[in-house]
Amino acid sequence: MQERLKRLDVILGIHPESPYQVMEKALKRAPKDIISDLIDSGLKGRGGAGFLTGLKWKFAAAAEGDEKFVVCNADEGEPGTFKDREILTIVPKKVLAGMGICAYVTGAKKGYIYLRGEYKYLVPHLEREIAEFHKNCFKLELDFNVEVFLGSGAYVCGEETALLNSMEGFRGEPRNKPPFPTNNGYLGKPTVVNNVETLVSAQVVSRIGVEEFKKLGIQDSHGSKLFSVSGDTPRPGIYDLEFGLSLDEFVREFGDGDTKAVQVGGASGFCVPRKKFQSTTIGFPGGLTGDSLPTGGSMMIFNSSRSMYNVLRNYLDFFEEESCGQCTPCRIGCQQLKVGIEAVKRGDKDPEYLQQLLKLTDTMKITAKCGLGQSVANSFSSIVDNFREEMIY
Amino acid sequence: MESIKNIISVKINGIDVSIEKGTTILEAARKINVRIPTLCHHEDLCVAGNCRVCVVEVEGAKNLTASCAAPCEQNMVIKTNTPKVRSARKDLIALLVSEHNTQCTTCYRSTNCELQALASEYNVDNNTYLSVLKSGLQVDRSSWSIEKDDSKCVRCQRCVRTCAELQHVNAITVAHKGKDMKISTFMDLPMNEVVCVNCGQCIIHCPTGALTERRYFDNIWEAIGDEKKHVVINTAPSVRVAIGEMLGYPPGAHVTGKMVAALKKIGFDSVLDTNYTADLTIVEEGTELLGRLKSKIKDEDDSVALPMITSCSPGWVKFIEHMYPEHLGHLSTCKSPQQMFGALAKTYYAEKIGVKPENIVSVAAMPCAAKKFEANRPEMKSSGYQDIDAGLTTREIGHMIKQAGIDFSEISDSDFDSIMGDSTGAAVIFGATGGVMEAALRTAYELITGRDVPFDRLNIEPVRGLEGIKHAAVKLENCLEAYSFLEGVELRVAVAHGLKNARIIMDQIKDGTSPYHFIEIMACPGGCIGGGGQPIPTNDKVRMERIKAIYQEDSDCKLRKSHENPEIKQIYDEFLKDGPLGHKSHKLLHTHYTKRNRY
Repeated sequence: MQERLKRLDVILGIHPESPYQVMEKALKRAPKDIISDLIDSGLKGRGGAGFLTGLKWKFAAAAEGDEKFVVCNADEGEPGTFKDREILTIVPKKVLAGMGICAYVTGAKKGYIYLRGEYKYLVPHLEREIAEFHKNCFKLELDFNVEVFLGSGAYVCGEETALLNSMEGFRGEPRNKPPFPTNNGYLGKPTVVNNVETLVSAQVVSRIGVEEFKKLGIQDSHGSKLFSVSGDTPRPGIYDLEFGLSLDEFVREFGDGDTKAVQVGGASGFCVPRKKFQSTTIGFPGGLTGDSLPTGGSMMIFNSSRSMYNVLRNYLDFFEEESCGQCTPCRIGCQQLKVGIEAVKRGDKDPEYLQQLLKLTDTMKITAKCGLGQSVANSFSSIVDNFREEMIY
Repeated sequence: MESIKNIISVKINGIDVSIEKGTTILEAARKINVRIPTLCHHEDLCVAGNCRVCVVEVEGAKNLTASCAAPCEQNMVIKTNTPKVRSARKDLIALLVSEHNTQCTTCYRSTNCELQALASEYNVDNNTYLSVLKSGLQVDRSSWSIEKDDSKCVRCQRCVRTCAELQHVNAITVAHKGKDMKISTFMDLPMNEVVCVNCGQCIIHCPTGALTERRYFDNIWEAIGDEKKHVVINTAPSVRVAIGEMLGYPPGAHVTGKMVAALKKIGFDSVLDTNYTADLTIVEEGTELLGRLKSKIKDEDDSVALPMITSCSPGWVKFIEHMYPEHLGHLSTCKSPQQMFGALAKTYYAEKIGVKPENIVSVAAMPCAAKKFEANRPEMKSSGYQDIDAGLTTREIGHMIKQAGIDFSEISDSDFDSIMGDSTGAAVIFGATGGVMEAALRTAYELITGRDVPFDRLNIEPVRGLEGIKHAAVKLENCLEAYSFLEGVELRVAVAHGLKNARIIMDQIKDGTSPYHFIEIMACPGGCIGGGGQPIPTNDKVRMERIKAIYQEDSDCKLRKSHENPEIKQIYDEFLKDGPLGHKSHKLLHTHYTKRNRY
């Protein structure tokens, strides 16, 4: 088990085969073989939602359209996540190679890197890399052109359809699904939107092959994953770890000896209290015993000096600002959760009111238009359920 | 075979339904008379899927599905009324209520509010959640026409979609995000300083009282109560086919006589007909068109702007002033029937009945919000006074009839007063899209050729109906001598309603590709019967009923051509002695326009 805590350097490391050599190798294969490899590898989206990447590519490849697009989602906005920034800084070629392979597979001729507005300083660096990438594409006779698109700062634009709206010059609001972007994406054309790390991992599958890739991780969660570790830890930073480690292992490695809770997956993820560390595995929900938690890679560690009420209130502050505001459950729900816990804390509402708020999170989960509104419930219910007394006293 | 392939079947609440591919769950449910509640959905508009009230359970889906936005898929199993669904809906409505100014007792839209109806239907407790209504919200009453009260807004964006999709105006849009998200204007400017054309379509698409017309009936009650004042009202053709809806009648109910009787009971000193000035408009505008055709065709004067476009719709007029200020020359200089009426009420009418014009209060009952703005245009004072003192909507008139304690169903019919109360069928149809064109053609064709317009029973079907842009062409043959220059000319006309269609017409003019001589444009979809001042709801089904009633009134009329109206002949004999477009008519019945900017 200890093995899984080893830095793997699968994502950020340098390997004998350069990313563009990996791409060259991939381009000699049939697109359908690359897709079936990806599906077999079990690679799931690294942004947090965990959709099968191979399936996404397959849909886009099969979709009819005179034009197709590949969009790299670099709008890294989940609180506590900072791994995409590092990937783009250290190994941009891997990202571009991943995009190139995706373009080859789907038939896209145009790609975009949707870069978080705050990462503007990366633009010159990325543009240099893109220029070199274009030369390689030319050499490999791949008709594919990549551009950087700078976001404007809304958290919700990390949601793929809001991101597409933003690119098209509309308000960054999620769209109704269906239709899905693989059929009806940027400018209404078939579009693959993949997280930065997903594209790198897709490239990793091409480099090391399905079998090697599947050796990493556990059932239903294959491959390695970059974790952004922050909070009350002596070792904050980015770690390339295998899926399947238990939170207990994780905390023993990264905690400060006084860890009270870990927020897995950022503000939209789950808060796990100490008593559940052993029974919680980091990975996509699958056939494992105990809870399996997916994560875009954000791991926030809290020690006993932290008030979980303040932590939750802080998240809700964030969500009531960052909801796009279009749908009822998310816009008003986030506000209600916040004023609700404040009222309970002040004593203006009975502690029983927390039950009403938990019921509200159920409504939000099943009625909100997009992943943002649906996932606010995660941090709320996991904190209120596990630290109820801190909400009241 | 192709069509069979496109038919899929789903099960809704245990009932099998066959529908065309692409049909939403909501539409499929309505097909079998299963009503799913909605708020952000409106038949006229694109799908939004943002209120989430229409959620349903789809077997196999982990979350609920917004039925307005989700297309049916083959063999879908849908349940619209499960405990899970009801509980979620109730919670969503409670959330909307918690963000809402719930002073329903004093709300203009009370009993006609979609949120109120839902809250009542689901028995929502106002205290489920704490109030998150923003404090310090001010009602925007800057506009003559539209009142915007953000405290009653449910953020469904129906107004935004209306303004953008139906009207291509984009005066209101969504600003900010999260808890601060709201419907706002450019730079958050007051409504009177933005491109708003006052059409009021946002009002009739608003589910709540967030957008309403500015109400002026209290001023009118005061004038009616003032013995020194002589209060006259003129009622637009489309009001009579819609006012019934305010008073318990189905759309399209024939209640003209009752409306006149009720207005008399209310205490108006004289109840007159806007149709009278509609007929007058046709004579003036027809003359203007023939003049322009003559200059262009006979005198080869290229400075004359053709096609000529109608100017009856004040929403349309402000639209062209904002969006195509360089093409104002195409607008007819004729005032709208309302403003012609106002100018004559305080001159011709005042003289006739021997009342000083300063003691006349001239009111217009209109299907329209923009008429309020129009009445207050600074140039509309050609009588020496403000020509029209107030433009009231059909809804305001409905309220006045209720306030007066009149039992509308019991009241017997009454006729319009005279003078300025006579009208023809040509004037009645002004209320429907294509009506002005049809009326103009009936008169113009006869002026030119001395014969009836060559359509069965004078019904010019090609310009009728709800299609966005309609065309017709009439070949002019055997013209009278005065119009011999038109011999063999094919008179080409177009009719557009809804400003998105106006934009198509105007872009053709801009590009120099417009093939027409004469165009009718109405700001509102369906024309005045679908105006921003009409009863709510207004949708295509309701529009069609009102249109049917309009054409019924027309075919019931003995006189169906404007120039045959005896009172029109009379006014040219007695008052406008130098004829149509003469000096006096120019002063009273024609106007000029203002170039405005886009912001």
